[in-house]
Amino acid sequence: MTVLQNLSIAKLQEGYKNKDFSVREVVDFFIERIEKHDNKINSFTTTTFDQARKLANMADEKIAKDGPDIIAGNPLLGIPLAYKDIYSTKGVKTTASARVLENYVPSFSSTVVSRLEDAEAISLGKLNCDAWAHGSSGENSDFGPTKNPWNLEYVPGGSSSGSAAAVASEFIIAATASDTGGSIRLPSSFCGVSGIKPTYGRVSRYGVVAMASSLDSMGLIASSVEDLARILEITAGKDFKDATSWDIEVASYSKELNEQVKELRIGIPAEYFGKGLSGVVKEKVDDAIKKFEEQGAQIQEVSLPHSEYAIPAYYIIMASEVSSNLARYDGIRFGNGRDAFGEETKRRIMLGTFSLSSGYKDEYYNKAQEVRRLITKDFTDAFEKVDMLIAPVSPTPPFKLREKTEDPLQMYLSDILTVSVNLAGVPALSLPCGFTQDELPIGLQLIGPKFSELKLFRAGYEYQQLTDWHKRKPQL
Amino acid sequence: MKYQPIIGMEVHIELRTKTKMFCACPGFHFGTKPNTQTCPVCLGLPGALPVPNAQAVEWTQFLGTAFGCTLAKFSRFDRKNYFYPDLPKGYQISQYEYPLATYGSWTNGEGKKIGIRRIHLEEDTGKLSHTTINGERVTLVDFNRSGVPLAELVTEPDFSSSAEAKEFVQALQQIVRYLEISDADMEKGSMRLEANISVRVGQTTNDIRQKLPDYRVEVKNINSFRFLESAINYEIERQSEALERGEKLVQETRGYNEVKGITFSQRQKEEAHDYRYFPEPDIPSFEFSDEILKEIKSKLPELPESKRKRFETEYKISPSYSKILTETRELADFFEEAIKVGSVHGISPAKLANTLVNKKPNISKMLPAELIKLIKNAEEKGQISDEELEKVSLQSIEENSDVVESYKNGKESVLQFLVGQVMRKTKGRADPTKTAELLKKLLS
Repeated sequence: MTVLQNLSIAKLQEGYKNKDFSVREVVDFFIERIEKHDNKINSFTTTTFDQARKLANMADEKIAKDGPDIIAGNPLLGIPLAYKDIYSTKGVKTTASARVLENYVPSFSSTVVSRLEDAEAISLGKLNCDAWAHGSSGENSDFGPTKNPWNLEYVPGGSSSGSAAAVASEFIIAATASDTGGSIRLPSSFCGVSGIKPTYGRVSRYGVVAMASSLDSMGLIASSVEDLARILEITAGKDFKDATSWDIEVASYSKELNEQVKELRIGIPAEYFGKGLSGVVKEKVDDAIKKFEEQGAQIQEVSLPHSEYAIPAYYIIMASEVSSNLARYDGIRFGNGRDAFGEETKRRIMLGTFSLSSGYKDEYYNKAQEVRRLITKDFTDAFEKVDMLIAPVSPTPPFKLREKTEDPLQMYLSDILTVSVNLAGVPALSLPCGFTQDELPIGLQLIGPKFSELKLFRAGYEYQQLTDWHKRKPQL
Repeated sequence: MKYQPIIGMEVHIELRTKTKMFCACPGFHFGTKPNTQTCPVCLGLPGALPVPNAQAVEWTQFLGTAFGCTLAKFSRFDRKNYFYPDLPKGYQISQYEYPLATYGSWTNGEGKKIGIRRIHLEEDTGKLSHTTINGERVTLVDFNRSGVPLAELVTEPDFSSSAEAKEFVQALQQIVRYLEISDADMEKGSMRLEANISVRVGQTTNDIRQKLPDYRVEVKNINSFRFLESAINYEIERQSEALERGEKLVQETRGYNEVKGITFSQRQKEEAHDYRYFPEPDIPSFEFSDEILKEIKSKLPELPESKRKRFETEYKISPSYSKILTETRELADFFEEAIKVGSVHGISPAKLANTLVNKKPNISKMLPAELIKLIKNAEEKGQISDEELEKVSLQSIEENSDVVESYKNGKESVLQFLVGQVMRKTKGRADPTKTAELLKKLLS
């Protein structure tokens, strides 16, 4: 068997076609890696290895019986994935990494999971995250924090901590993830992997444990833009079970990927490069900007003037919706009772309940909605001048475990460069763009107008053709 | 009366859509086995999302149109947050700021106008039953009703008596049934009434909304028109007496005990919920164009009021007959269908109206054409008309004053003599039983 390294969907399919290895061999390889290393990383909450082996055998039989052409019709045949533990999986525990749901087994699968299963992907299990997806570091998981595979003393970023850490650790090819205020982009950036936060409504939310319904965006984390494109074209698109999903055609992202964006205009939002941005992050993002410029992109500074109000507006709207969305977890029909909620969850329920209470609602919730409209307009105005924006994902490189747990406000500020995108409902692609001297990853984000995923993928793909940050892997 | 009652009504109407408000489970739930009509959406399972039922939206707009409301061009759902074991999501999807229909009116039999403040759409809750199992007192929840569409109609506080309120809800029930959007069955709970009652000192003024009292008592759990009347009357009396004693009345919710015929306090103002309404983020807001709203209005069937008037002018029947014939849409449709068939056979609308009102044939077991056939047969047999029978009967009474005298003195057997007279005069074309009944009536 050839050495299984730096794998991608294309490489696996090529290998299956050429009979370099079987699906079962690949699945066993990943299972072995997880069994050997995940005790350090803690990226999985539940593993479904037996089921995965069974599916692998079935995939091998299919390839043997129908020939390698079958791969074209089943775009993820034999591709090992895993799901953030907020995606409902029929018959497999779905805990949201929360004690309240520690024994909850859904009777139905989320639309995204169903679509991936239909494409013949093989799931290895469920991935750890901040409980209910509340957090920026992964430390709010009720089942222990996920560690950053680049350095176990550091956080992997949250809330999709397990998704990013498992991809970086080469436990899986790709993972589902969700982004309400940066929960895909931040861990992608901290773990040196690629992540897509799609346009709000591009991917169905049906069957995914809701955090803040008007902000939740169902995306992906993988090792490269190419793999993100191959999977998003399967998960995206109208779902009649989600009234907020858009009936807009999904492009064949992977096939149209290597077309260069002509006369690309990239905007640099001044507010994202101001006070508080660490020197090394600025340096690495500037390097990337130069790369784009060398390729002929036109770079210009733009302004998103209401950026400074994004954090308070986000934490009010998000907490308000959280307080309502978590009301169903009363322990009457399923799950443990309310006393099983963690600290951060309780804090958000209280914040949200307060913000919506009569006498305070105008001052908080309604005001925050007003700010949201202004922030959305900032983006609309900017996209009249440029095709996309480039910015750092996090103002700092990854921080240490427990560094911010005592100060919730400091933790909330980790999201300062990501939440505006969610308030505006626009898509953003997070890409690795360098490392600190201590070998900790740094990421950038490309932000586009609604439904510009293809354009973002093209720009990101081009960048990854020119750089190999995304190919670097941690030593476990 | 020293105290003037001020009454407003809130009525919940369960819509009889095929499926529930936000999922594909069957909407009909009465008498079904508990928890057999549920899914992740109406159970509020993690990740399940509501998708609104277009039929329920349209039907609520029908109801709005029937009461002359303005149909909203912009409307949306909101979340009403509160905890109760029959509410699986911990919030009810309802409408707060932007209901589907607003500001309509209804005019009662005496020409008094009652304002309709709003009509909105929401979802029903599950049903709790308190029972004992193996000696243990338990509460069971049935979610078959969870998520069934409910239209809520709220009137202005324009009623000044229980009779007025009752007349309105009866008319509302009739309209809803005409629209065929609900069974509006009080016993089955597909129509539920709440009355808001307060009283104030002073004379009746034309503008009842002028200076409302600073409290209002909401009476819930009223499940018949009769109970509505007695609950309102009880409250008017209770409140008037309290004011008389110099007590201050407070905002509260009261229940109605139908056995004792009294209301009892359930919750006072200080314990009122803060529902923390906010726009339902899972459902995009609605925008209706003028064309769509026009189309909805054009689909509205003829309503009882205008049908009644049309019957009077078009078929030349009396107002009382017209009222009876338009009581249900089924009877009115039967009547008009029978007129069509009858015209071919020379049977007049007046004759048909007469037959339907007086003989009350079971129209659910008969086609209009069959009724025509029965009438034709009777005519061929030569039975005389009701009018003729009455004429002949009166004649017989006049001609036999002595017999009438002894009948009135208690000798009832002589009635048969009079029947015989009628039969003779009509040459046997009268129905003896019917004749006897008529004579009894005429002599009483």
